[in-house]
Amino acid sequence: MHELLLAGFGGQGVMLMGKILAYAGMKEEKQVMFIPSYGSEMRGGTANCSVILSEEEIDAPVVSKPTVLVAMNTPSFDKFESSVKENGIIILNSSLITKETTRENVKIVKVPASDIAKGLGNERIINMVLLGTLIAVTNCVKVGSIMASLKEILPPHRHNLLPLNQKAIEDAMSLVK
Amino acid sequence: MTTKVLMKGSEAIAEAAILSGCRYFFGYPITPQNEIPEYLAKHLPKVGGTFLQAESEISAIYMVLGGAAAGARVMTSSSSPGISLKQEGISYMAGAETPCVIVNIMRGGPGLGAIQGAQPDYWQATRGGGHGDYRLLVLAPATVQEAVDLTYQAFDLADKYRNPVMILGDGILAQIMEPVELPEANNQLPDKAWAVGKNENRPRNIVSSSYPKVDELEKVSIRLHERYAQIKKNEVRWDSYLTDDAEYVIASYGSAARIAKAAIKMARAEGIKVGLIRPISVWPFPTEPFQNIVPQTKFFLSFEMCTGQMIDDVRLAIGNERPVYHYGRLGGVIPLPEELLAKIKELVKEAK
Repeated sequence: MHELLLAGFGGQGVMLMGKILAYAGMKEEKQVMFIPSYGSEMRGGTANCSVILSEEEIDAPVVSKPTVLVAMNTPSFDKFESSVKENGIIILNSSLITKETTRENVKIVKVPASDIAKGLGNERIINMVLLGTLIAVTNCVKVGSIMASLKEILPPHRHNLLPLNQKAIEDAMSLVK
Repeated sequence: MTTKVLMKGSEAIAEAAILSGCRYFFGYPITPQNEIPEYLAKHLPKVGGTFLQAESEISAIYMVLGGAAAGARVMTSSSSPGISLKQEGISYMAGAETPCVIVNIMRGGPGLGAIQGAQPDYWQATRGGGHGDYRLLVLAPATVQEAVDLTYQAFDLADKYRNPVMILGDGILAQIMEPVELPEANNQLPDKAWAVGKNENRPRNIVSSSYPKVDELEKVSIRLHERYAQIKKNEVRWDSYLTDDAEYVIASYGSAARIAKAAIKMARAEGIKVGLIRPISVWPFPTEPFQNIVPQTKFFLSFEMCTGQMIDDVRLAIGNERPVYHYGRLGGVIPLPEELLAKIKELVKEAK
């Protein structure tokens, strides 16, 4: 079972990333649950969501010890670093997060996601870069399911962005391998 | 194969209402259930329905009464403080025998409270809620799929018993997304000969909760309570998990029951024989499954996201036969399976 915690600041595409993962899992006939963080949030504040992907029925609608944390900025890394399950994975956006982890029993995957996104000509694609890293590191869903889900979730007038999204995901995946 | 769609709990409730033939929604916005009115504002007009945001909750519930009196399938939704404001109108609807569906996505209380998941309105929901000794049929879904199924059925039940039906959820259920299978659209709505509206071929219908003559009102009250007895007989719904060999039984409903299930799996892995009885209808309360399991059970543990309200119904069901304990977190703090597991272990140790 994958219990993913995705965190960043508002506007980095955290929620979309979570929804795509849940959609993709559903397409693969997995049990899935998408849990947005919900509270009195501020514009520009931190945003996070959790996604559970499982072969079995999902019970508790809460992720307290994620198997994977994707941290898009330093406040998210600070807030959730300690919550990651033992032998879990932290994927961090090393363009923005420069500090080292204090955890010894987790795997750290550093991705200069903001720089990769800039290199692709669109900084808003940072979530797709990290999504590519996530699926390459965990194999939680297939890239084909991600692309099929993206096509369904994005409104038709945004479909011109599909090739860019795909490139961001694939570039990030090739960096892992 | 039926195709599954990924839906947020609140949106799934709204879609299920439309599929069940609901064409009128009157409400006033409040988190964490705003996706219900938002969805209906967008989708009701497409099926010839009406979404109307009233100037207040009180206004909204009386619009619901009006629509129901005219024979329409009508719904409102709100969260705890808004449901409190609606209580007078809900009592009037119970008295006027008008069917409707009311969704309460509970928040932590009292007062304005906090919008995260909580279950502090159990007493209000299961004891009528407003004045006047009436009952609502109250259904408490635990998953988004169950929210769809129960909302879809709720309109039929409301019409069948001419009584308001409540869907009792919380901020977790309303906000999570899960895959669901949607039912077919219901195009066969029941005939309502009692409703008001233009019809020159019958005597005038009156839909009202005003009965100034006491002997007449007593007759109405008896009729209502005979109907509640029918509901108690026909509409008890519950689910159980690993109760066959259970020595300890958790009582839990809605989102909390899912957390309980996770804790039970952990406890079972450690050899503790614990099971779950999950009321799906919290009124009528499933007393029988609790009574039937008493002989094998050492204690009951009511796990609720409040200070303990359903625990009363568990105690009413089993009397003084066994101890009934409570565990829960308050104010919108979501209890973790690990916490419940620790409580189970502590109680098991004490019981030995």
